[in-house]
Amino acid sequence: MEWKTVAASMFPLGFDIAERDDFLCGSAQLAGGPIAVVGTCGHAPIGVEIALAQAGFVLDGIRQHPGRPILILVDTQGQRLRHRDEMLGINSYMAHLGKCVDLARRHGHRTVALVYDQALSGGFITSGLMADACYALPDATIRVMGLPAMARITKVPEERLVALAATNPVFAPGPENYLRMGGIEAIWQGDLAAALEQALGQAHGDDTRSALGLARGGRKLAQPVIEAIVAGKHALAS
Amino acid sequence: MSSYLESTARERLDKLVDAGSFDEFLGPAARVTSPHLGQLNAPVSFDDGVAVGAARLDGAPIYVAAQEGSFMGGAVGEVHGAKLVGLLRRAVAQRAGAVLLLLETGGVRLHEANAGLIAVSEVMRAVLDARAAGVAVVALVGGSNGCFGGMGIVARCCNAIVMSEEGRLAMSGPEVIETASGVEEFDSRDRALVWRTTGGKHRFLLGDCQAVVADTVAAFRQAAIDAIARVRQGEIALSLAALEREHALLAERLRRFGDMRDPVEIWGALGMDDPAAIPMLEAERFISAAQTRRLGSE
Repeated sequence: MEWKTVAASMFPLGFDIAERDDFLCGSAQLAGGPIAVVGTCGHAPIGVEIALAQAGFVLDGIRQHPGRPILILVDTQGQRLRHRDEMLGINSYMAHLGKCVDLARRHGHRTVALVYDQALSGGFITSGLMADACYALPDATIRVMGLPAMARITKVPEERLVALAATNPVFAPGPENYLRMGGIEAIWQGDLAAALEQALGQAHGDDTRSALGLARGGRKLAQPVIEAIVAGKHALAS
Repeated sequence: MSSYLESTARERLDKLVDAGSFDEFLGPAARVTSPHLGQLNAPVSFDDGVAVGAARLDGAPIYVAAQEGSFMGGAVGEVHGAKLVGLLRRAVAQRAGAVLLLLETGGVRLHEANAGLIAVSEVMRAVLDARAAGVAVVALVGGSNGCFGGMGIVARCCNAIVMSEEGRLAMSGPEVIETASGVEEFDSRDRALVWRTTGGKHRFLLGDCQAVVADTVAAFRQAAIDAIARVRQGEIALSLAALEREHALLAERLRRFGDMRDPVEIWGALGMDDPAAIPMLEAERFISAAQTRRLGSE
């Protein structure tokens, strides 16, 4: 979906968001005051420049607008696959973006992310998945890697992966699978403005995704393993 | 002298922390294996490719994790990731001084796709939660599988990284880039180019890692002790000032080197003598030459 369509529906009081080379930044009006908006569009490949641009916007926001909530709009095909990006240390640029979102949260900025089109891999874990909570539109796709590439690397035949993707939440790209595993807080339907207000009201800084994954039945082992180790145990409670 | 590169995760742990001090949580005897690998007829491991526990380092209590590169390239699945998250949260709950992460990993375990991606994200958050609670987190990178993908990002969320020259730290592996963008973009069989681009010396010169050591477990042990001590003297949690400094350094890196094509050009621009010979320099001589010329670190 086009970000402008999403923004028009989500911000009936108005918004002022600039788009430049797939990088989005600006602000919008909510009933309670302004919200900062940052993200990407056009299935952007996340290279060093766009990672740094997003990080810079978040840092400026912490400095200039203390406490202003932040919405991260996610549409990315993942990290840019270039030698130049690796030579320059793209993992450092992406980590920097993730750390800036983390710092914003700790400085009292409620952070909410929305996958409005596509989310993949490294471009996602340093943006949407760093927010207090990440949401998705029903038609969004979220995945680690396309199935052909995944087949090459895992040496599992592509037909087998295609079959698994149809039935298995671990492989299927739909947001409902991420919902079941706790990676997505909820899928937004209907009134996006109301959904955003509600998400901001519920935002908190604790990472509860493994507990959600257990409660929703999509990731049954993560939470028991975490709890056992936090308790210093040598075996899982049976 | 045992090679860090050639050791298994458990051999590294055995020699790296104080003798006999490693107390493993959910070890192989607990047999907590991946719930996802069976459907792909892939083998499981009783520790899911990572050992986590409490230990002592130079007498001080720490928490430590070691990824096993020989099991699925050290990649992170649901259980593997949960073990790392549990360890980091225990360190916070116990007000530990430090967590040491012996990283050897290709990142997300693709066989567990979506569950692996969320798991890596949880590890990333847990590292930053630990730092916010005042727990120093130090990563060691020197295994033959390197440290790639989402875990390359996690490494750069730690307070410090220690690498060997042979260690590799990056995001996308050369094979992935070659497959997606062609051999003229990145020839994954050009070993020298791969090492120039991802290896410890380049990372040290760019300021992405804080120490380069020789490829022995003993050298990593000493560097880990030193790194923890150094980190604990400074600011462990993220701060606005520190991230603004990092931002300026990353912007400067892009401005100065963004048009270059090979790491050797970058080394020359940093003022290193005879940059083409740097891959051949042994660790100590390299460090004395690089120490004052490398880009400032976080």
